Amino acid sequence: MRTAAKTPWVALVGNPNSGKTAIFNVLTGLNQKVSNYPGVTVEKKIGKARFTDGDQFDLLDLPGTYSLTPESMDERIVTEQVLNWIHGDNSPSVIVSVVDATNLSRNFYLTTQLADIGIPVVVALNMMDLVIDKLEINLEKFAKDLGVAAIVPMSATEKWGQNKLLSAIQTSIGVKNHENPFPIFLNDDISSALDPLQDIIKREFGYGDRFSTAQALRLITRHSTLEIYNELTTNGISVDNSFLESLEYKRQNAVDILEDLGIKHRIMEATLRYEWLDSVLRTTKINIDPQIAETNYSEKLDGLLTHKFAGPAIFVLLLYFIFQSIFTWAIIPMDWIDGGVSWIGSQILNIMPAGMLRDLLVEGVIAGVGAILIFLPQILILMFFMTLLEDTGYMARVAFMMDRFMTIIGLHGRSVLPLMSGYACAIPGIMSTRTIDSWKERLITILILPLMSCSARLPVYALMIGAFIPTANVFGFINLQGLTLVMMYFLGTATAFLLAKVFSIFIKVEGKSSFVMELPPYRTPLWRSVFSQVLNRGKLFVVNAGKIIMAISIVLWFLASFPKVDNPNGNENSIHNSYAGKIGRTIEPVIEPLGFDWKLGIGLITSFAAREVLVSTMATIYNVESDGDDVIQLKDAMKSDRNPKTGEPLYTPLVALSLIVFFVFAAQCMATFAIVRNETNTWKWPLFMIVYMNVLAYSASFLVYQGGLLLGFG
Amino acid sequence: MTLYDLIDGEIATVKSFTGNMELQSRLVEMGILPGIRIRRIKTAPMNGPIELKVRDYHLSLRQVDARNILIDQ
Repeated sequence: MRTAAKTPWVALVGNPNSGKTAIFNVLTGLNQKVSNYPGVTVEKKIGKARFTDGDQFDLLDLPGTYSLTPESMDERIVTEQVLNWIHGDNSPSVIVSVVDATNLSRNFYLTTQLADIGIPVVVALNMMDLVIDKLEINLEKFAKDLGVAAIVPMSATEKWGQNKLLSAIQTSIGVKNHENPFPIFLNDDISSALDPLQDIIKREFGYGDRFSTAQALRLITRHSTLEIYNELTTNGISVDNSFLESLEYKRQNAVDILEDLGIKHRIMEATLRYEWLDSVLRTTKINIDPQIAETNYSEKLDGLLTHKFAGPAIFVLLLYFIFQSIFTWAIIPMDWIDGGVSWIGSQILNIMPAGMLRDLLVEGVIAGVGAILIFLPQILILMFFMTLLEDTGYMARVAFMMDRFMTIIGLHGRSVLPLMSGYACAIPGIMSTRTIDSWKERLITILILPLMSCSARLPVYALMIGAFIPTANVFGFINLQGLTLVMMYFLGTATAFLLAKVFSIFIKVEGKSSFVMELPPYRTPLWRSVFSQVLNRGKLFVVNAGKIIMAISIVLWFLASFPKVDNPNGNENSIHNSYAGKIGRTIEPVIEPLGFDWKLGIGLITSFAAREVLVSTMATIYNVESDGDDVIQLKDAMKSDRNPKTGEPLYTPLVALSLIVFFVFAAQCMATFAIVRNETNTWKWPLFMIVYMNVLAYSASFLVYQGGLLLGFG
Repeated sequence: MTLYDLIDGEIATVKSFTGNMELQSRLVEMGILPGIRIRRIKTAPMNGPIELKVRDYHLSLRQVDARNILIDQ
């Protein structure tokens, strides 16, 4: 978080669904940069904004959190950041606490924790448009009671109040936060238990009065608060280990004292804070629970959308619509990209002199990058729908409805949407698993996710089914080709669910499963925010996957093109004699029991870059003219290929089925495993996935082919 | 009686918690304290999690966890 020394910077902190991102977008416009926090793929958004007098400042949008206790991944990041600020590592000039005005008490809970820090806090009381007639608070008194610099009513959706917010931020820059005492009354028992802990952190870290009490309270309440200190460094120096040990010791002492007094220490901070906050809210004439009998519009809508029977039915229809659009709408832009990539390739062929560099550029770099870019429309469409569902609040309902089924198979309600994304592409799916707060279920979701048949498998399925599965009808009305395709999607999904159950039994990972989830009110999404999220994720996808695809494509191109043999007969022999051809023939004995020859062997190797590369590899091997329809000609070429020894057709429907089944299970797309490495922070899990998926693929393929031969097919 | 026993649509007051401390601290942080009033709205399809209204917002939690919230009606 290094920023230029002279530009002040401001941190945005708030509950999930408080409209924090909307405020960020209103203040920064499109002037924002998205990156990741070190080691995790939680998005870090920084934008540039201006005060009303034109002075510039940086704005950091932190992940949404309900409190500063570091339990989930998002909370942990916010808590670590906050502790870094206190320990002097480039702290913000002002913290803006974003509060949803329709849900005051729970949102202000976090504000009270922020006010302890000692950095000026300005409250952005967002969504005032929804309660403007109902809410009458004496804001000045309330701000004083809480110990914040100002409370500014505003509405990010209706775009008012932001100038007042900007002025409030600007005037509170540099305001010395007086050494306020902790505002919450602590009885003698609690104070005397806290004292030793409070003294030692105050002395060692130089905390102010208010924060040292707050932090002592939090250390007792949650052990995870202590763990954060292990990671903390101040100007490159980490906290002394023996100090942490004595801190641990003093904490345990305080815990023991409180336990003896019958005080539940683990709910102590939240209980004290809410009791205080509720009393402050009552004196400001806000009653905290009279409206729970009231039915709002979201609840009425949920009468249908999460209805016992209608709810799941609507969800299935919605899914059908989304996948329909991924496979129909995307075709047009995919054709454009395909055309664009070949146009660039042909331009380079025209401009550059023939030679190795040109071949590398055209056949390696452009073909490789084109192979990944072609899936961008599908991914963007999928991302668009996912963002829309998330931003309207529907996503939480899906998790709510599906949690029961998902728990039975060892997953979590929040696994549903990542798994669905996996039908388009595993990469965004894996990235979106971070909403699952239990690590074990998140890990299992990641492990099985690549078994959902992604769109890169579709060209392979289409080629093999089109060429070798008869167009006959089953029971007179079901098309056998279509049935085979559907069965492959089913095979992958069913296996994924089965393995999830198996993994949940065998994988021992710390972390209890819980499902304490807010169902936010339905809200009209801000289109600008939806589009910027879609674009940002698309960018991350292209950059992350693109790097790997490009590298592998270049390596594959070398393997397939060298050693160069001057052969007037064309490409076939040159591939046969290339390193790739040699590798193909070397692995032939291994893949022979699956019914594959050396040519498919090369295809299997190249498909490690991306699954659909199999099709283009086979096309190159058969030296098909590229003017016509590749797939049809490739189909014919494969059908008429004969086994040189027996004279029988080389590829039979059984071989095709064996190959498709192999593709259902095999770990091929290396970009996926690079993302898994990022998300799990270790090579252990991606390696485990590569092994289990390929063992599964080989065994299933072996069973299909050998079983088929035994039964007399083929 | 626990929140698990409360019928959909009915209102009750939280009395205390039992069991899993992890869950208790989570719930208290979300503002579910002894003395607060809650309304059980509905049960998810397939007898899944339950939905509650508390402090102006809606929360869902699993039925096993609802057994750990003692209430007065």
